[in-house]
Amino acid sequence: MGHRVAPYAFLAPFVLLYLLVLVGPLLYALFTSLFTTRLAGGITFSGLANYARVLQSSDFWSGLERVLVFGVIQVPIMLGLALLFALLFDMDLVPMAKVYRLVYFLPFAVPGVVAAILWGFMLEPQYGALAQLIRISGMGVPNLLDSSSILKVIGVIVTWQATGFNTVIIYTALRGVPRELTEAAILDGATLGVVMLRIKVPLVGKALALSAFLAVIGTLQLFSEPYILSSYTPAINSHYTPNMYIYSTAFAGEEYNYAAAASFMLALITIVGVLVVMGFRTWVEHRGGSREG
Amino acid sequence: MGNSDVRAKHGKGWTDALLGVRLQTRVAAIILTTGFFLIALLPLYWIVVSSTKNETELYTSFGLWFHGPFFLLNNMRSLFSYGAGVFGHWLLNTIFYTGVGGGGAMVISALAGYALSRYSFGGKKVIFASIIGSLLVPMTALTIPIYILYSKIGFVNSAFGMIIPSLVSPIGVYLMRVYIDGSVPHEIIDAGRVDGAGELLIFTRIASPLMVPGAVTVLLLSVVATWNNYFLPYIIFSKEALYPLTVGLSLWASQATAGGSAEQLYPLVVTGGVVGLAPPMILFAVLQRYWRVGLLSGALSS
Repeated sequence: MGHRVAPYAFLAPFVLLYLLVLVGPLLYALFTSLFTTRLAGGITFSGLANYARVLQSSDFWSGLERVLVFGVIQVPIMLGLALLFALLFDMDLVPMAKVYRLVYFLPFAVPGVVAAILWGFMLEPQYGALAQLIRISGMGVPNLLDSSSILKVIGVIVTWQATGFNTVIIYTALRGVPRELTEAAILDGATLGVVMLRIKVPLVGKALALSAFLAVIGTLQLFSEPYILSSYTPAINSHYTPNMYIYSTAFAGEEYNYAAAASFMLALITIVGVLVVMGFRTWVEHRGGSREG
Repeated sequence: MGNSDVRAKHGKGWTDALLGVRLQTRVAAIILTTGFFLIALLPLYWIVVSSTKNETELYTSFGLWFHGPFFLLNNMRSLFSYGAGVFGHWLLNTIFYTGVGGGGAMVISALAGYALSRYSFGGKKVIFASIIGSLLVPMTALTIPIYILYSKIGFVNSAFGMIIPSLVSPIGVYLMRVYIDGSVPHEIIDAGRVDGAGELLIFTRIASPLMVPGAVTVLLLSVVATWNNYFLPYIIFSKEALYPLTVGLSLWASQATAGGSAEQLYPLVVTGGVVGLAPPMILFAVLQRYWRVGLLSGALSS
C-alpha cells in the first residue's frame, strides 16, 4: 500500500460508518422535516411549516427555557467545583490524591439510568435514606421529588456524575503548566492566590473551554435522568426537556416529520449555544491579552 | 534555581515548601476534597448496602447501614432467575454490544486518527471539520431518523442496530488524532519507509505500540458510552430478550414504582444496578495506569 492511498484506506472504515449512521440519517431527517403526514391524503410537501410549528410550540420552548436555566446555574457550579478540586490536587495539599481522583471519577462510569434510579430511591420522601436522616434530626421531611425541587435534584445528579470527569481534565492541564513559570513567580514574591488565579488558571483556559463545551451540549440534550425520574414523580411531564418533547412527539404522537424539525431546531440552538460559549472564551482571552500588553 | 534542597527535603510537595502554605489552608483543602470524596462514594455505598437487604428491610431499615439477614446471595439468585432468567440475557447482551461496539470503535478511531494526524491528503480539512461538527448534533436528531431507516431495512430488533452506531465515535477519532500528534514522531515513520516497510506494517508494528495510552482512553470512553447507552437501545428494541441492562433495569424500575404485585422488583433493581455499574468501574480502576482522560484538555487546540 503506497503512502498516497494509505490515508484513505485507514479512514475508510470510519468514513463509511460515519456516512451510514450520521450523515445519512441527518440528511434523511432534514428531508422528512419538510413533509407532513396526514391521515387522509398521505404525505405532502409542506416546506418550513413544521419549523414554524416548532417556533410556536409552548411545550418546546418551556422545555428549552428549563434546560437553559438549569445550564446557567449547574454548569458554572460544576466547573467551579472541578477547577477548585483540580487546583487543590495540583498543589499537592491532599494526601492520597491519586485515590481521590479515581473515586471522583467513578460516578462518570455509572449509567445515567442507574444513577437516576439510585438517587430517586435515596431521596424518596417516605423510606429514602435522606428522609430517614432528616427524621432522626427531628425536622419535617421535604418532598425533594416535587415540582419545586426536582430540577435541583437533577442538577445534583448531573453534578455528581460529571464533576470528577472535569476535575481530571483540568488537573491534567494544570500539570502541563511548566514548573519554571510558577517557580519564577513564587521567587518574585507572588502569593498562592496570585499563582493560582493569574498564572495557572489562564493557562488552562482550553481545558475549561472543552469542559464548558461538553457541559453545554450535555445540558441541552438532557434526557435519561429526567426521563427515568418521571416514573418516581408526577412533577416531570412528557415535555420536561427538549429531547423529551422530541421523543414524545415522535414515539407517542408518531409525528416523525414534526419531531425531525424539532430536533433540527435543537441542533441549531446547540450550535448557537456553543458559539456563545466560545465567543465568551475569546473575549476572556482578549481581555487577558490586553492586560498583559 | 536554588530550591533543589527545599524540594529534596519535602519530597513532591514542592509548592508547599516554597509557599509555606498555612495550616488553615491545608486543613481547608483536605476538608473540601474529602467532602466531595464522600459525596462521590455515598450513592455507591448506599446501593451496595441496599443490595444485601431483603424487600422489607430495604424499605424499613436505616438506608446507610447493613440490617437484618444478609440477603445479597438470595437477591443475586432471584435476580438471575426472575422472569426465566431474563437478567442474564441483558447482562450478556450488554457485554456483547459493549465488547464489539466499544472495541471496534477504538480500532476504527485509531486508524482514522492516525490517517488524520500523520498524512496530508485531499479532503483532510473537510473530514476533520465535519467530525468536530458532529459533536454538536443532538442524539434525538440522529436516533429518530436511524429508527425510521432501521425499520425499513430490518435493523429494528437486531443486534446490528445497536452495534453499528456504537462503532462511530467522533470524539474518539479526535482524541486519537490529538494523541498521535504528540506521541508518534514523523521521523520514526520515515525511518520505517526508508527500511522498506509498507504503510500498514508501519502502522501495526511501529506506530501502534506508541498509541496505547490514547487508545486505552478511547476504549474506556466508548465502552462507558456503549455500556451506559439508553436512548438508542430503548428505541430500537421492542423484544425484551435483546435489551441491554440499562433498558431492562429501567423497565423493572418503572414496573416497581407502578406498584401492585411488582413491588418485589425493587431489591432486584437495586442488586441489578450493582451488577450494572460494577464492570465499567472495575475497568477504569484496572486500567488506571494507562488512561489519559486528561488528553481531552489537549483537544480544542485550534
